[in-house]
Amino acid sequence: MTTVVIVGAGLGGLRAAESLRANGFVGEISVIGDEPHMPYNRPPLSKEALKSGLDMSTLEFRRKASVADVTWQLGSAVVACDLSARTITLADGSIVGFDALVAASGIRPRDFNIPGPRNGRHFLRAAADAHALREQLVPGARIVILGSGFIGCEVAATARQLGCEVDIVTLDPVPMYRPLGTILGAGMRAHHEEHGVRFHFGRSITEFTGHDRVTGAVLDDDSSLEADVVLEAVGSVPNTQWLAGNNIDLSDGILTDSSLRVVGSPAPFVAVGDVARYENALFPGVARRIEHWNLPTDTGKRAGATLATLLAGGQPDQTPFAPMPSFWSDQYHCKVQSFGVPGIADEIVIVGGEPSGECVAEYRRDGALVGVIGINSTSALVPYRTALMAG
Amino acid sequence: MSIKIDVDMTKCQHYGQCCFEAPTVFELDADGKLNVLTHEVDEDMREAVEAAADVCPMQAITLTDI
Repeated sequence: MTTVVIVGAGLGGLRAAESLRANGFVGEISVIGDEPHMPYNRPPLSKEALKSGLDMSTLEFRRKASVADVTWQLGSAVVACDLSARTITLADGSIVGFDALVAASGIRPRDFNIPGPRNGRHFLRAAADAHALREQLVPGARIVILGSGFIGCEVAATARQLGCEVDIVTLDPVPMYRPLGTILGAGMRAHHEEHGVRFHFGRSITEFTGHDRVTGAVLDDDSSLEADVVLEAVGSVPNTQWLAGNNIDLSDGILTDSSLRVVGSPAPFVAVGDVARYENALFPGVARRIEHWNLPTDTGKRAGATLATLLAGGQPDQTPFAPMPSFWSDQYHCKVQSFGVPGIADEIVIVGGEPSGECVAEYRRDGALVGVIGINSTSALVPYRTALMAG
Repeated sequence: MSIKIDVDMTKCQHYGQCCFEAPTVFELDADGKLNVLTHEVDEDMREAVEAAADVCPMQAITLTDI
């Protein structure tokens, strides 16, 4: 029987499995994941799960009946792959063969290996990370957060609500600088400062102090901060190391064509979710890797269709791939929502409201709309999304 | 077969992603609150309502075959 192996048991892996079935693939599907959990929703890990505790039964995605016969091999990391021999190697040394492969291996937090004790320093990606961090976020605890992206800012908001002292150290001039830009970033800075978060902009951490566990951080201006707990949240790295040596483009994630087929692979091979880099027909000219929550679903559906067609001896749909990137973030009473790729804009125009309250901002590049972001303005974004879809 | 649509309004955060996938079933009102226009659809709407349930960031939409 034909076997598809899916590396990664997150949202992208689940959607790829569902799509393989929806597109008529009746062979064996085996999903291999390094975490011990069935696919679950990660966004609550920086919010509700830190506040009220982890409940995996509410975080797990509902799975369609069509994937009831899929084999889930959880708690197994894939360490190597030979695309010519069509095998993968697991951490325990066992070798698994496949006829076709799906990379859904996602990303991991970037680790700068800053000197100092490790105990008391956290990253946040997996359920286990949230569980460990939650235990430290007791009222009065001092948390130093390195990085002012979504995760850093969401954890800051949650930690303030839990009664912790929060310092954010960031090289950027405003929080969420890359996706929001300076104007909305300044608005979100005001929200955080109103809630008592202290920012240290333009700064990095050179070392952590403490013996058995972290007690503080030294900044690059030689100032220091006391800390009971640290969160390092400065970007992420695509999990592609298991694919090394296969002569495919892994320069930033896995390069695919518009059908999500991995470029240069000798075996039928697609990539989905955070680890895939592809050209979006809505924002053409550059293959990008975008880490937004909705894209594992969009890429999983398309990639599953591609692979099912290939395995049935057909030619995959070559229609340009044009999913609408979208992100959201909840911090305090602020709901930040985006459509498009605001990060590539060269001009930002506030078209309504105030960045410190409700507002809508247009993001333009060479005069053309490339994204829109609203703060507490969901309904106002609808016509913009329509315009972005129309290209 | 029909499909029953339930939205857990204690989870729903009114992101409106479902409205783009199944605009005849879900809509945002002028205040940005989600309205569920119908709680039961025919089989020919399966793809649309499944897509709506898939894209809900809060995973608040439950579909049941009836």
